[in-house]
Amino acid sequence: MPLMVLIVYSFNEGKSSRWTGFSIHWYEELFLNSRTLWNAFENSVLVALASSCVATLIGTLGAIGITWYSFVHKKYLRMASYLPIIIPEIVIGISLLIFFAGLHWQLSLWTIFIAHTTFNIPFVLFIIISRLDEFDYSIIEAAYDLGATEFHALTRVILPMSIPGIISGFLIAMTLSMDDFVITFFVAGPGSSTLPLHIYSMIRIGVSPVINAISVVLIAGTFIFALSSKNIQKYMFKK
Amino acid sequence: MRKRVGYIYTLPITLWITFFFVIPILIVFVFSFMKKKLNGGIVWNFSFADLSSLASGHITAFFSKVASHLTFDAYQSLLHPAFLKVVGVTLYIALAATFFTLLLAIPASYYIARSPRKNLLLLLVIVPFWTNLLIRIFAWITILGNNGFVNNILTSLGVITDPIQFLYSKSAVILVTVYTSLPYAILPLYSTIEKFDFTLLEASRDLGASNAQTMWKVFLPNIRVGVITAILFTFIPAIGSYAIPQLIGGTDSYMIGNVIARELTLNRNWPLASSMSLILTVITTIGIYLFVTLNSARIVRQESDVTAAGRSTNG
Repeated sequence: MPLMVLIVYSFNEGKSSRWTGFSIHWYEELFLNSRTLWNAFENSVLVALASSCVATLIGTLGAIGITWYSFVHKKYLRMASYLPIIIPEIVIGISLLIFFAGLHWQLSLWTIFIAHTTFNIPFVLFIIISRLDEFDYSIIEAAYDLGATEFHALTRVILPMSIPGIISGFLIAMTLSMDDFVITFFVAGPGSSTLPLHIYSMIRIGVSPVINAISVVLIAGTFIFALSSKNIQKYMFKK
Repeated sequence: MRKRVGYIYTLPITLWITFFFVIPILIVFVFSFMKKKLNGGIVWNFSFADLSSLASGHITAFFSKVASHLTFDAYQSLLHPAFLKVVGVTLYIALAATFFTLLLAIPASYYIARSPRKNLLLLLVIVPFWTNLLIRIFAWITILGNNGFVNNILTSLGVITDPIQFLYSKSAVILVTVYTSLPYAILPLYSTIEKFDFTLLEASRDLGASNAQTMWKVFLPNIRVGVITAILFTFIPAIGSYAIPQLIGGTDSYMIGNVIARELTLNRNWPLASSMSLILTVITTIGIYLFVTLNSARIVRQESDVTAAGRSTNG
């Protein structure tokens, strides 16, 4: 079933509407005339990178802490980290909106950044926790026995071993961030648009084949990205 | 020393989540009980004077000031028939979408699991999943719109003269929800079916069961875990969906998500939006809780069935 629909709509995503002929016109339009769109795209990438980095950082540290240490607020943290996944995006979105408004913070790219990081953290956390669970803690104990300090143990042992997990966490965060619509919709300010938001407003305004062109570009891009990440993983394992 | 370090590791994450997540949610919770101010926002008549009155022991005065802020107004408005209707529509759409998704996903995953071309088919299922939601929605708009693909073909074939209005109805929303949910349903179903022992089906047919009986009594119960997971991943997001009804739905297919957004931005009724969000969250949480317990109950039951059977044949 999905196959059929995929074929139908990929054929539709096209070069022209209503058979006025095959033309690349809309692609030209896309690449040359849509400054606002490219701005939005830049924003998306910027926010995605920033929020993924921070989320991965915070999440990794948190994951290490949760897996192997006990601390006062462990139960609280466990519960609190499940929340963003359970709570519907809309609720997260408006709660952040109200929060920012209450603090009189201007809605802007920063607020988007904060929102994205916030919902990225749980995902990164879970991915890395599941990765760390498979670890042999005795290696780390061995490091301590051999006299390593905490910092040493962290940087020389734990981090190198968990790099694949960290990378997957980071990639997932990037994907979630670039794709997110609902939450971003609520916390974006005027003048700070991301790609999904921009696409949304284009769809609302009306059907323009430029959207078709974007869709094709995005689909192709996703495809290429997926294939290349497979190859990169193979490459890394060969090392 | 070890214990203190754990604290440091988790400090950033705890701070961040508390500040940017837990607190906002709590604010929403509190706001749902407050009165609405004319231009948006809430009635908030506190000042430092009140705090100092608390310190000097005028506890009753402080608490009665607090109480004067609280109200059930927002929740009362929820009992209004218009809102209840929206809840009904949301549940209806979510249930219908889940039903149809299962209808399509189960045969599809079965077919994929049995096919020699599994990986290719799986890839085809996953690729739309990687595409942006909005683009998938837009694809349906192109197909179903008044100027869209289907209407164009029908007009050029002479079947109809005026375009048929496909979009902006409950069915359209259901259709698109099904489409967007299919990858989420197929994947868990596929992984359960993969582990399924197909020889059981042969055995049951050898023992004389018809195809229908085999399907119903042997196949389905054994993939119950997969089915429940698929339901979970379809129903819960469907309840909270916003973009799909917003872009594809018409006036008769408003869902809770859309209403919340409207109350917040258009009507600037913060308490009302908060109370609706809370209700939505409660429904979602109940749903998740139900499914999780159903799942583990089944697993426990299956395991105890197996051990009971084992004991009875051995003992």
